Amino acid sequence: MRGEELLRRLRDRFGAAIVETHEFRGDTTAVVDRTALVDALRFCRDEPALGFDMLTDLTAADYLKFPGREDGPRFEVVYQLYSLTHNHRLRLKVRVDEDDAVVPTAVPLWPIANWLEREVWDMFGVRFAGHPDPRRLLMYEQFVGHALRKDYPINRRQPLIGPKT
Amino acid sequence: MSAPEPTTREFMLGEGSGTGSGQTLQVGVGPAHPAMHGIIRIVTELDGEFIRKADVEIGYLHRAFEKDCEVGGYNNAIPYTDRLNYVSPLINNFAYASAIEKLLGIEVTDRCKYIRTAMAEISRICDHLTCVGASAMELGAFTVFLYMIKAREFLWELVEDVTGARLTISYGRVGGVKADLPDGFAAKVGGAFKQTRDVLDEVHRLLTGNRIFMDRMVGVGALSREETIAYAITGPLLRAVGVPYDVRRAHPHWAYDHVEFEVPTQKDGDNYARYLVRMAEMEQSMRIAEQALALMPGGPVNVDFDGRPIDPAAYVDQGKQGKTEGLLLVPIRLSPNLQGQNRPAWQQVNAADKRVVLPPKETTYGSIEGLMNHFMLIMEGYGIRPPRGEAYFASEGANGELGFYVVSDGSERPYRVRCRPPCLPPVAALHRMIEGEQIADLIPTFGSVNMIGGELDR
Repeated sequence: MRGEELLRRLRDRFGAAIVETHEFRGDTTAVVDRTALVDALRFCRDEPALGFDMLTDLTAADYLKFPGREDGPRFEVVYQLYSLTHNHRLRLKVRVDEDDAVVPTAVPLWPIANWLEREVWDMFGVRFAGHPDPRRLLMYEQFVGHALRKDYPINRRQPLIGPKT
Repeated sequence: MSAPEPTTREFMLGEGSGTGSGQTLQVGVGPAHPAMHGIIRIVTELDGEFIRKADVEIGYLHRAFEKDCEVGGYNNAIPYTDRLNYVSPLINNFAYASAIEKLLGIEVTDRCKYIRTAMAEISRICDHLTCVGASAMELGAFTVFLYMIKAREFLWELVEDVTGARLTISYGRVGGVKADLPDGFAAKVGGAFKQTRDVLDEVHRLLTGNRIFMDRMVGVGALSREETIAYAITGPLLRAVGVPYDVRRAHPHWAYDHVEFEVPTQKDGDNYARYLVRMAEMEQSMRIAEQALALMPGGPVNVDFDGRPIDPAAYVDQGKQGKTEGLLLVPIRLSPNLQGQNRPAWQQVNAADKRVVLPPKETTYGSIEGLMNHFMLIMEGYGIRPPRGEAYFASEGANGELGFYVVSDGSERPYRVRCRPPCLPPVAALHRMIEGEQIADLIPTFGSVNMIGGELDR
């Protein structure tokens, strides 16, 4: 299915909850309101004409220092969907503010979301409401802060944990 | 009356030891276990010899790849991508470069596409050889490991010929590749592939019908088709459950739509099916690489003033004999890969976009325009500037879909680079493959997942 057609179906179904859509370099993107996120993901997965059976990737981006978007919602959580049956892709995004950085979890839809959401929590400090196992994924529990946030300096050192000397 | 104290044997063995207490034993495998291929920790809860529960911990090799990408120019991330999947670094190089090219909206030259295709396939064979060889070794088939590493050595020699390095190759560039292929490369590839085919044939005879090997692999570590898809597992593990998804076929990039190949699949989804898929894929990869080299556009770069091909040594000889008439018109050609890029080779492998690709060295040092062009790409505050936006490019890595999601804010540095590591989904699903199986089966299952710490932890 072509990108416009995908976006049209999403808009038909969710109306104003689709905040923004664009197509750039052949990638189809829709920004979804947080309240409709899980429904939109479920719709994408279960609607036979869309048939997005794979959550290829789930990541985030911190727009704190993005020119022109410094004041807007800080985080964007990005879902890359792929359909094995129809061979098409879709990118869904949801925007959240720093003081309310919580996104509903997608683990009941796709088990892979478990680890990917843990990584987003680890790296960006975005929480996933209802996540069954909200631990960090790559860093250790004692690590302070979230390394991929734009205000985390790249040269900050933190003590490595280990046996006390 | 209280139950008798369990004996040490009963305590250690749990199930079947007669206590019926259901007592379990926690065993941590890794992070520094010889069969852990890099560093990973699996905390298992054992009931007798059976794994009841497993918790996989990763992150021991995390080195902030994505953060590091944000502080330099677009080409600065190329050496970091070498270290993602360090067994097939060329695929990472090219996939990253292609993601940036997609963001820029530029097209690389045909010759570059064929070079990328051929080199990526050679890397894929290296990766599969390592995976199959190492998992066979962990089951006691040390001979297979040595044979396969021997074959990989022939292929790594090819990689060394082209890139000058074996592992940390940094050969891809945004808009092209570092340099052209060396002379006589296709013939060398033919020789190396012949050796590799012999090794694969030998390994087939050693393993494919081998009773011990099959007992350890058939029916072990299986994952259902539904679960494999739900875990977004791609690559050989997905094809082992019968889904013929291959990014090279589904979204043809580089020269994959100009070559013929099959996508081998199996049905069972167990370790043996994964082994068979990998063995079949190596043959297909060799087919692709051979076709790519045969179809490679370009042809000889050196021609004398009558239009005949001339090799560098003959050129030097003619000059020494004083036969210099017309020689100035003949492009000089050094080794195209190791001693820098000269103009003819450069034109063939790089996109003709001055905003993206460094000029050939003779232009840089020979003209003010070239020097300025070089300056505009290298100096602080200048460089490749894709338009604002985002793009996701997927390529078929050795372990599955290798994707790069890049966000640009219009400056010379990537705003965000996300690598979608192909081996993260299988490792995330590893506990599903090993729970309920015996602890000894953890080793072949983990081997068949082919975890690469570099790309898993980034």
